[in-house]
This record gives sequence, C-alpha cells and structure tokens, in this order.
Amino acid sequence: MTDGAAAVILAPLERAREFTDTPIKVLGAGQASSTIALHDRKDICTLDATVAAGNRAFQMAGVERKDIGFVEVHDCFTIAEICAIEDLGFCKKGEAGKLTEEGQTAIGGKIPINPSGGLKACGHPVGATGVKQVYETVKQLRGDAKGRQIDTEIGMTHNVGGTGATVVCHIFGRV
Amino acid sequence: MVPEPPLSVISLGGYKMSVARFWRKQQNRYNLIGTRCTTCGKYFYPPRGFCPDCRREGNIVDHQFKGTGKVVTYSIIRSSSGNFKLLTPYVLAIIELDEGTRLTSHLVCDIDQVYIGMPVRRVFRKLGEDGSSGAIFYGTKFVPA
Repeated sequence: MTDGAAAVILAPLERAREFTDTPIKVLGAGQASSTIALHDRKDICTLDATVAAGNRAFQMAGVERKDIGFVEVHDCFTIAEICAIEDLGFCKKGEAGKLTEEGQTAIGGKIPINPSGGLKACGHPVGATGVKQVYETVKQLRGDAKGRQIDTEIGMTHNVGGTGATVVCHIFGRV
Repeated sequence: MVPEPPLSVISLGGYKMSVARFWRKQQNRYNLIGTRCTTCGKYFYPPRGFCPDCRREGNIVDHQFKGTGKVVTYSIIRSSSGNFKLLTPYVLAIIELDEGTRLTSHLVCDIDQVYIGMPVRRVFRKLGEDGSSGAIFYGTKFVPA
C-alpha cells in the first residue's frame, strides 16, 4: 500500500486557454471490462480488457501505433509492463521482453515506455496512479519533462483495475 | 440501510456464508456438479443458469463433471492465512477439466511433483472448520491422476 496524490484540471477545449497557455487535448479514450478470475481468461499472458480498451482509444483518436511518442503503462508488476506493450499492439505477443532488452522501450528507443518510471518507480497509490500518468503525459507534451524529455506530439496512458477486470486507455495530443 | 446478516452463518476460514446458501451449493462443491448449455455445448463450473453466448436461445441442464483434467499453470504458496496457514507450502493450480472448463484449486501433492500438463483427478476433501466447535466444511480438491 502506498500513499500519494495527483490532480489534473479538465476544461472544455474552447475555454482551455483561459486557464493555461499550453492546453493538452484528449484525442481518444477507451474502456473495457473482462473477467477477474485468472482461470476464466483465454490466455493468462493477455489482458483482453487492455486489447479492447487500447483499440477503442486508437479508433476514437484516429491515430496509429507508430504515431505514439511514449506510453505510460500500468506496471503494477514488471510482467504487467511486458504484457501491456504487447496487448496495446506495439509488438507481437511474446516479443516485448526482447524489445525491452534491446533498449527499444527506453528514452530514445522505438517506443519509450514509462518515462516517469511508472508504478514500479513512483509507487502505486491506487487511483492517484492513473492521474499521475496523465500528469506525466501533460508534462512531456508541454516540453516540461526535464531530464526525461521525449520529443513528440502524442502520448498515451494505460491504466488497469481489478487485476485486469477493467482497463482505461487515453491518447493525448498538443492543441 | 445494510441488511442484517442471517442468524445462521458459517465462517469459511474468514469468509462468511449463510448456512442456507452453503446447503444450496453443497452438491456443486462436494460432487463437482455444474451446468452445460445443450444449444452450444459449453460447460460451466461453477454452474451458470444462463448461457452468455446463446442467451435466450440457450438451454441449461445440470452436468456431473468427470472429475479429470490437467494442470494449466500453478503457483507454490508459501505464505497464507486462516485455515490455509497449516498447509504451506502448497500448490495452487489452474486446472482444465476434460470438458474444457477451468477452475482454480489446491492441488494435493508434493511441491516438486507438479508440472504443467500433469493429469489430475478430483477428490473429496475437508476444506476447513469453523473453529474447534463449529461446522466442518468439505469440498473438492485435486490430486495427481
């Protein structure tokens, strides 16, 4: 159990510049639910909810995997990060381990994952974690992520609840 | 307003269940009786009264599972709670029954014995007791076939 908090301010796009000079836009969102029991899942290495939620977010945003500059994924455990990279469609099932070993998920790699350090590095105050992922995304897209800056216009977040029973994905972009 | 729990409640190692409900589920727990949909042929354990694929086209009947299957995957539990503390280290396995349904169960064997794909069969075992003067409750576990 960890303690922590995070906050974001949401505003209608038309009014965003009343509050900030650098608003960040929600391009797409996706949510999906699945089973809680591990034995009810088709494949124990796949979260069907991640696959569905990711696809829904991409469909709404109208962008492709190659357009994403980085992803903040829900790495409650190390293997969860590996499975998330595959389930979100950034590589084939079974290849994310190799992708990581090759350095492709580091800053400067093909698809940077968790520039913030993710749940493993920051701790995981349940609930606040999802908002923290958005915070990191906003800092990155504003060019305000000192020491870990990625040069991109589109970022993605992936958050899991109920041991994989529910997943929410968002795609953000500069206005 | 939270409803008052029924007066007759048994504590299944910390998880409370009313005696009436336990009696209703007894055949399912003791004898591995589930259900099956005769429309699509899918099997359900625990029993479902409704086929999520066929919905109103489905026809649900009781099914006595053969009780044999194989290990899909497993974990060795070394630190547990309640009634299970006395059993550690023990094997917790996801078992796929011959009919295709999967469930999670204690697999009663040496922790060195278990392997993915190992054939297993069901047995009737004591699961725990509600304190030294309370009800003893039983259920299904699995052993190497």
